[in-house]
Amino acid sequence: MKEFLERRACITGIGQSDVGRRLGRDPLALTLDACLAAIADAGLTRDRIDGLATYPGGFAGAQGFSGAGVAEVHDALRLRLDWFSGGPEVPGQLGAVVNACAAVACGLASHVLCFRSVWEATAQGTGGRAGIGMGGAEGAGSFRASGPLEYLLPFRAYSAANWVALLAQRHFHEFGTTREQMAWIALNARRNAGGNPKAIYREPLSLDDYLAARTISTPLCLYDCDIPVDGATAVIVSRRDEARGLRRPPLGVEAVGTALRGRPSWDNFDDLTTMALRDAGAMLWERTDLRPRDVDVAELYDGFSFLAMAWLEALGFCGRGESGPFVAGGRRIALDGEIPLNTPGGQLSAGRLHGFGFLHEACVQLWGEGGARQVAGSPRVAVAAAGGGPLGGCMLLVRD
Amino acid sequence: MPEQAFRVLPKLSDLNRHFWTGGAQGRLCFLRCGPCGTYVHPPAPVCPACLSRDVAPAAVSGRATVASVTLNHQAWVPTPDLPYAIAIVEIEEQPGLRLVTNVVNCEPASVRIGMPVRVVFEPHDGVWVPLFEPAGA
Repeated sequence: MKEFLERRACITGIGQSDVGRRLGRDPLALTLDACLAAIADAGLTRDRIDGLATYPGGFAGAQGFSGAGVAEVHDALRLRLDWFSGGPEVPGQLGAVVNACAAVACGLASHVLCFRSVWEATAQGTGGRAGIGMGGAEGAGSFRASGPLEYLLPFRAYSAANWVALLAQRHFHEFGTTREQMAWIALNARRNAGGNPKAIYREPLSLDDYLAARTISTPLCLYDCDIPVDGATAVIVSRRDEARGLRRPPLGVEAVGTALRGRPSWDNFDDLTTMALRDAGAMLWERTDLRPRDVDVAELYDGFSFLAMAWLEALGFCGRGESGPFVAGGRRIALDGEIPLNTPGGQLSAGRLHGFGFLHEACVQLWGEGGARQVAGSPRVAVAAAGGGPLGGCMLLVRD
Repeated sequence: MPEQAFRVLPKLSDLNRHFWTGGAQGRLCFLRCGPCGTYVHPPAPVCPACLSRDVAPAAVSGRATVASVTLNHQAWVPTPDLPYAIAIVEIEEQPGLRLVTNVVNCEPASVRIGMPVRVVFEPHDGVWVPLFEPAGA
């Protein structure tokens, strides 16, 4: 029988910096706030951290897309590392955490500090949200597109909002999905954000508000798009046998999903109603005897509301093409519904911590520390998923 | 033709020049595998179907079908013509051979999934950007 070595890994601590619009703080300072909080939360000290992993690393993409890379955190904390990894070409943002699980399972490290840091709100300043990969406003005249953007930017498809919109529209076409249905991803997120003191937008949002919002790229409106913020999130991945005696009950990594069996492409993927996450979700269930009905809480990437719907389908919470009716009305995905979704408000209302916020909240829920947004019944199994388009990765966590 | 909107242009290379400059002759070109006939897009030096290295530019008819469409309302850069239609079109010659493009020369809101379209080229500084218009226009 195949052995699933991610089960040698567990999560032992979490940390998060302040989260806000234009905090105006140094991004490395935010990053270190999260990292030091996670180390303390696990009951560790920095001399025991021997691994470091991040997404997307010291990456010169859009302004503020990365608040710190491996080297900056390594040096700031004077860590003594046996293993480290940072970079954007991984199965979604949580790919960094999966790398850490693999590292501890192989014995390359015992305790890996994993982090994701963004400061997009401060970096964008007083201007509007920029497109991706434009090389900065000053370079817009002479910049030439190459790589994955070569076949997107010349067609004025400047933003992931456009790329996701094309797939959402195809889903609407094939399955009859509607904006009134998709709205519930945003409305549920806002409802849950009311229980999260750190959420950016907490005031109630109605279906009428949603339907009246300005259009970004049909069928996506303003409330279908997440909120750039400043903030950093960290988790500690430990080897099982090194987790004994730490502060918290470890959260076991039951299974991960990292597959991309189709083409790494927005427009040339085989099925235009789904994305890489279809394969990541399928792989996750190939590595465990647990089933979707065993999951107590789901934290699914909602950088755009359609992506959370696609994850619901990919992870088998509903059938292919059925996410519209599944989320409509918001009862099944409510805190007291059959699969509570995005309990802190998701990126749509709590802010774009870019993938790691979902994993952080899965841990919060399994440790029973969700406060006003805590799912009742002492949840034991949680799924966290991040990514869209050619990036997707997911993790299934089980409390001992 | 109305004033052209700003476009980011591609960086040309020996691998992609046929695609971005074929419009000079009014031709939409893709790499095509000699032995098995597969069109390869985005361009790559090896056929993904049979792994032959015998791939060379070949023109297609320019006919395609809209596979999806979104109307972009957001001014990501200064934009005089909002909303405009961004589409994924599927090229007639090969199922799954798709491009992101713009559908032009029509009311953006009139663009529908399944609509037949044909290529038109917008010249910019040595690059001919392949756009599509309704085939009945």
